[in-house]
Amino acid sequence: MTTRYTFGGDEHIFVECSEEMSLEAFFKGMSITTALRNANIKGVTEICPANASFQVRFNPDIIAPDEMMRQLKALEAVAQSAPSTLNTRIIEVPVYYNDPWTHETGQRFRERHQDPTSTDIEYTARINNLDGIDGFIKAHSGAPWFVSMVGFVAGLPFLYQMVDRDRQIQSPKYLRPRTDTPRLTVGHGGCFACIYSVRGAGGYQMFGITPMPIYDPNQTTSYLRDFMCLFKPGDIVKWKPIGREEYDHTVAEVDAGRWQPRIAPVTFSLEEFSKDIDGTNARVMEALNGH
Amino acid sequence: MAINVLKPGLSTTVQDLGRPGYYHIGIPTSGGMDTLSLAAANLLVGNDAGAAVLEAVFMGPELEFTQDAMVAVTGADLPPKVDGQDQPCWTAFKVKKGQVLSFGFLKKGARGYIAVSGGIDVPVVLGSRSTYTLGALGGFEGRKLAAGDVLPVGQGVIVAEGRAVAEALRRGPGAPAELRMLPGLYWHRISEQAGKNFFEDTWKVAPEADRIGYRFKAGRPLDFVPRTPPFGAGSDPSNIVDACYPYGSVQVPSGTEPIVLHRDAVSGGGYMMIGTVVSADMDLIGQLQPHTPTKFVKITMEQALTARADRRKTLEAIAKALA
Repeated sequence: MTTRYTFGGDEHIFVECSEEMSLEAFFKGMSITTALRNANIKGVTEICPANASFQVRFNPDIIAPDEMMRQLKALEAVAQSAPSTLNTRIIEVPVYYNDPWTHETGQRFRERHQDPTSTDIEYTARINNLDGIDGFIKAHSGAPWFVSMVGFVAGLPFLYQMVDRDRQIQSPKYLRPRTDTPRLTVGHGGCFACIYSVRGAGGYQMFGITPMPIYDPNQTTSYLRDFMCLFKPGDIVKWKPIGREEYDHTVAEVDAGRWQPRIAPVTFSLEEFSKDIDGTNARVMEALNGH
Repeated sequence: MAINVLKPGLSTTVQDLGRPGYYHIGIPTSGGMDTLSLAAANLLVGNDAGAAVLEAVFMGPELEFTQDAMVAVTGADLPPKVDGQDQPCWTAFKVKKGQVLSFGFLKKGARGYIAVSGGIDVPVVLGSRSTYTLGALGGFEGRKLAAGDVLPVGQGVIVAEGRAVAEALRRGPGAPAELRMLPGLYWHRISEQAGKNFFEDTWKVAPEADRIGYRFKAGRPLDFVPRTPPFGAGSDPSNIVDACYPYGSVQVPSGTEPIVLHRDAVSGGGYMMIGTVVSADMDLIGQLQPHTPTKFVKITMEQALTARADRRKTLEAIAKALA
């Protein structure tokens, strides 16, 4: 895993930790960006971790680009010795899989899809050798997912499935992006899941919808009063399959300001995870019980 | 004091110098597409350079003033009128209580900046008054203006009517427009010949050009260095594992039409970027109309920093002249 540094114009340094996605690449970026934040370098204006890379924005009137590059590279060595342990949280996200709204949208843009004769969820189940929609839901919601990036639009999480690479669900993006995606669609592109925080264009496959807002610029949603975006990199998500009745009930409870997501603190160690994936996942998911 | 919006124009939004600090959660910088003109408009009417103004694209709004105010319009050549009387651009003029500010047809450029003494006083959200429409955040109710909106205006200071920015200090794109770019990021993904072609070709601004990004067409498609797709990237040769996009970065989905990301950029995604338009030239993009012939010009970091310093000197000269 070779780290590649490159300038993005006169105001950014872009760092690719690895060309391919892995939790190791994410953690490498996480430890360097944490070290950078702690270093409090004057002139640094934005630190943005991503899946297997990260980006730093700086003001070249305050710190020269070459000096910024030198300091950042020096931090890589410091970060390498940092333990790959994270004090984070697990968030349960209810999902109404195969819902009527993403289904309708999928049908509207069918000619842009790889397989116009089936639905996104049927297609993805088939190409991943899963046993139909039920088999898909079981695989998708069985193990937790790791938020490896927040972005694209406000508060949108990219999630990485916490299973062996050969068990990871993979699906291509639409051949041409849709011009519409329902708000709170649970999507998938490449190896990443996402939740569309706002309605808009999108190219990911659509599997379902969550009743739980994750971005609220007006901050009237009960659990988004402190900050308008729910997710941050390092969060862990457990999907909870729900039906229409629970979906409708949850929407009503959210609107009435009574609903709270189930969230529990957990520690995550990359070392522990690499040694025992299923054991780590069981421990992490267990934290939700009692919360 | 307030302004009544009689007609909103095509897409008029409240903008200031932007909302840095939240890109890591997908909230873009926002702010004026041409911040040099935005700052000049503010300085003309005695505001701080970073006060909130109206950014009008292609077509101006029609605004009724409920109190006397000083106004300046900079950026695009979008001729202002007060009760039908022509007023000069880049010059402070008075609008009296009850008078209506309207605009003639756009003559040049794309975005006019309308500063009002006291500034547009919408609430500050995450440190800025700028509008991010996709996220329904900031500005006037998180959206472009509509007829019937009432815009709050702050308390201004008194400045002389007729103050103007000298012609030499009004910067706009040339013909063809030239955007200086520092190659980098995923530049190594395209072939050497494709890299040469990219800078040789004259591109044209495509109709899909807005605050999120400017798309260019009419250049030769770029071919790629062959590879085995890295895990998680996707099968198209232009795909990467989803990453952050620098402000000003030039992505080329499938190697066909370059897109320069601007103020309301998507903060990341899965397309490789071949470089970044330098900070000094981002203002120029905000003034490009669709179909404008455009060349990308390869420069070094040293040249980028010189260009940045020149831009800063221009702004300082404007500020000094109006102090």
